[in-house]
Amino acid sequence: MRDIKPAILLFIAVTIICGGIYPAVVTGIAQAIFPKLANGSLIISKSGKEIGSSLIGQPFSDPKYFWPRPSAATDFAYNPLGSSGSNSGPTNPDYLKTVADRVKAIRDTAVTSTIPADLMQASASGLDPHISPESALLQVPRIAKVRGISDEQLRTLVLDRIEDRNFGFLGTPRVNVLALNLELDKVGR
Amino acid sequence: MNSYEWLQTIGFFAVLLLLVKPLGSFMARVYQGERTLLSPVLVPCENVLYRICGVNQDEEMNWKRYTIAMLLFNLILFVALFAMLMLQHLLPLNPQKFPAFTWQLALNTAISFVTNTNWQAYGGEQAASYFTQMVGLAVHNFISAATGMAIAIALIRGFVRRRTELLGNFWVDLTRTTLYILLPIAFIAATLLVSQGVIQNFNAYKAIPLVQSTSYNKPRLDAKGSPLKDAAGTPLTESVTVNAVTIPMGPVASQEAIKELGTNGGGFFNANSAHPYENPTPLSNMLEILLILLIPGALTYTFGVMVGNTRQGWMLLGVMLFILIASFGVLQWAESSGNPLVAKLGVGSINMEGKDVRFGLAGSSLFAVATTGTSCGAVNTMHDSLTPIGGLIPLSLILLGEIIFGGVGSGLYTMLAFAIIAVFVSGLMIGRTPEYLGKKVEVREMWMSILVILTAGVTVLILSGIAMLTPQAVASMANPGAHGLSEVLYALASMANNNGSAFAGLNANVNFYNLFGSLAMTLGRYVPAIAVLAMAGSLAEKKYVPPSLGTLPTDKAPFALWLTLVILIVGALTFFPALALGPIVEQLTMLGGT
Repeated sequence: MRDIKPAILLFIAVTIICGGIYPAVVTGIAQAIFPKLANGSLIISKSGKEIGSSLIGQPFSDPKYFWPRPSAATDFAYNPLGSSGSNSGPTNPDYLKTVADRVKAIRDTAVTSTIPADLMQASASGLDPHISPESALLQVPRIAKVRGISDEQLRTLVLDRIEDRNFGFLGTPRVNVLALNLELDKVGR
Repeated sequence: MNSYEWLQTIGFFAVLLLLVKPLGSFMARVYQGERTLLSPVLVPCENVLYRICGVNQDEEMNWKRYTIAMLLFNLILFVALFAMLMLQHLLPLNPQKFPAFTWQLALNTAISFVTNTNWQAYGGEQAASYFTQMVGLAVHNFISAATGMAIAIALIRGFVRRRTELLGNFWVDLTRTTLYILLPIAFIAATLLVSQGVIQNFNAYKAIPLVQSTSYNKPRLDAKGSPLKDAAGTPLTESVTVNAVTIPMGPVASQEAIKELGTNGGGFFNANSAHPYENPTPLSNMLEILLILLIPGALTYTFGVMVGNTRQGWMLLGVMLFILIASFGVLQWAESSGNPLVAKLGVGSINMEGKDVRFGLAGSSLFAVATTGTSCGAVNTMHDSLTPIGGLIPLSLILLGEIIFGGVGSGLYTMLAFAIIAVFVSGLMIGRTPEYLGKKVEVREMWMSILVILTAGVTVLILSGIAMLTPQAVASMANPGAHGLSEVLYALASMANNNGSAFAGLNANVNFYNLFGSLAMTLGRYVPAIAVLAMAGSLAEKKYVPPSLGTLPTDKAPFALWLTLVILIVGALTFFPALALGPIVEQLTMLGGT
C-alpha cells in the first residue's frame, strides 16, 4: 500500500492546480482582455442600466415586436435559469398539436407562405437569441402595420442587422431578436 | 447540404487531420520521457510535485500495481466528490445558496464524473455551486481523462516491450498527461472560447428587467411542496407575471474547454453546449467539436510512433474517420429531410426542434456524431428531438462501444481490443496463429478483449430489460410509444459506455436510473480498464515474433476494411433487435403518418 500516499497527495495537488490555479488564471486573462464577453455580453442602456444580454433571448409576444423562436425553458419561455429544449420526440401527438397551434397563431397574422422551421420549433437551449432572416422578414408586414411604418423601412432595418457566418462559411446567417426589438423601440412606434 | 456546409465540414476535417501528427508526436515524446518544447518550464514543476507527493519517477510498476494505483486513485476521487456534493451547502463560492445533493443524486453524479461519463441528472444552473463546478466537477474532468490516457499508454507499452512485466509508472503518466497535454491545450482553448463570448467570472447571478413582461401558470403547492389539485384531479395553477429574469453567471470557459478536450461532456448549464454562454458562435461550436476529437484522433498517431510504425495508427484513424463521416452523412440527411408530420402543417421541411439557429444543421449534426462517437456526451442539439433515423445514429455510435475516436485513451484501448478480435477471427479463417504488432494473440488476450468489448453491451441489454419491467423506470419516459423505449435504451447505453449524453426528456433523477445507472457506469468503466491492464501485462511478458509470410499485415487497407466489418457486425448482432423496436419502428410510424 505504498501508493496510498502519492494517491492522496497527487489528488490534492491536481485539485489545487486544475481546480484553483487554472480557472483563476483563465478568469484573470478573460477579465483583462475580454471584460464585456467574460461577464455575459450584457447590453447597457443609455442611462447605464443592464437591460439584457446579446446572447440570451427574451420572450416577446406583443404584435409590435419581432417574435423569437418557441422556447421550452423551465417554468416560462426564455427563463435563463431553466435552459432546456422540449425533448419532444418527432411522433409525439402532444408535440404535433403544439406545433399546429403555433402555426395557427402565425396564420392569424395573415401569413400564407410556408413558415420557416426555426420559428415553429423550439430551440435546444430554450434561450436561442436568434431567428433566421427568413423568420424575421416573415414578420415585417405585421409589425409595420401595428407600428405604422413602411414595410420597406422595416425590411432595411432587418437586412442591416443580419449577422453573417463566421469567416463567411461557418454556421448560418441570423438575426438577434432582442437587439432588433430594442432598435425598433428607438425608431419609434 | 449547401456549399457553405460542405466547406465548413471539409475545412473542419482538414484542420483536424493537420493537427493529428504534431500533437500525436508531441504526446509520444511526453510519454517516452523525451524533451519537448514545454520541458524547460514543466520538468522543474514535475520534479517538485513528485518530491512532495512521494513519487519515485524511475520506479516502474507491473500491471497489478498499475491497476491498483489507478483504482485507488479513482476511489479517492469518488469519495472526495461525493463528500463535496453532500456538503455543498457548507462550502464556499455558492452565491445562489444551493442546498446539498440527495445521496442518490450525489452517488450518481460522483460516479458519473469519476468514470468520465458526465451523465447529469441535475441542471447545473439550478443545483451546482461555483465551488462544486470548479473544484469538484472540472477537476474530475482533468483526472478522469488523464486516467483513460494512462491506461491506453500502458497498453501500448505492453505491445512495445518484450520479456518484462513493467508497464510504466501510473503517477508519472497521470501527472505528465495533466501538465503537458491537458492543461496547456485547455488553457488556450478556454481563452479562445472567452473571445467568442463564453463567460468566465465569479459574479452573482444577474437580475435583468424584461423589455416585454411575460406571464405563466405556476402550479400551486401545499405547505409540503406537493402540487395542489382540484376535485377533478387537475392541478391548480396561478398566473404569475414576470417583469425581470435572472441570468446565471460563473467560471464557464475554463470548464467548457476541459469538458470537450477530456471527452467528459458535463455541462455547466442544463442545456450544455447549446447554451449561448457555453457555445455562443458558430466558431466556438467548431472549436468545441475540434477539442472533442483532437486527443482521441492524435492518440492514434502517438500509438503509431510508439509501436514504431505510424501506418498502424493511420489505419485505426482511417477506420474511425470512415464510420464517423458516414454517420454524419446519414444524420445530416435525416435532419434535412425533416419530419413529414410537421411539414404537413405548412412548416419548412428541415428539423429545427432542439437545435439553435446559429450552429446551422451541419454544425449541429457534426457535433452530435462527434460527441457520441467519442465518449464526450456534451450536446449542442437535443438528441431526443432528432428524427428517428437521426436519433438512431448517436445511439448506434454509443452502442458500438465508444471507439469512433472514442473517449480520450479509452477509445484507443477499446479499438485495440477490436483489432485483436479482428486479427483473431481472420487467423481462424485462414488457419494461422494470430499475431498483432509482433505479439502472439493467445487465450488470455482473447478473454480480456472480449471483456473490453462486451461488458457495456451486456450491461445495457440486461438493464434495459429490467427497466421495462420496473414501473418507475417506465414512468420516467417523456414521449409515448417506440420513442419512450429509445429514451430508456439511450440512457442506459449512454451510462454503460460512459458517454453521458441523453434523450433528455427522460426523467433520470429517480432511484432506478440513479442507482442502476451508477452500477452501469462503474462496470462500463472499470471492467474494461482492468481487462486492458491485465492484457497489457501479459503482452509485455511475451517475446517478439517477427512478421512471417503467414502474418496478416495490420497496417494495410484490407485490414482496415476487415476491422470496420468486425466492428459493425459485433454492434449489429448485439443491438439490432433493440434498435428495431425503438428508432426503426418510430421511423416507419412517422413515414406512415400516424
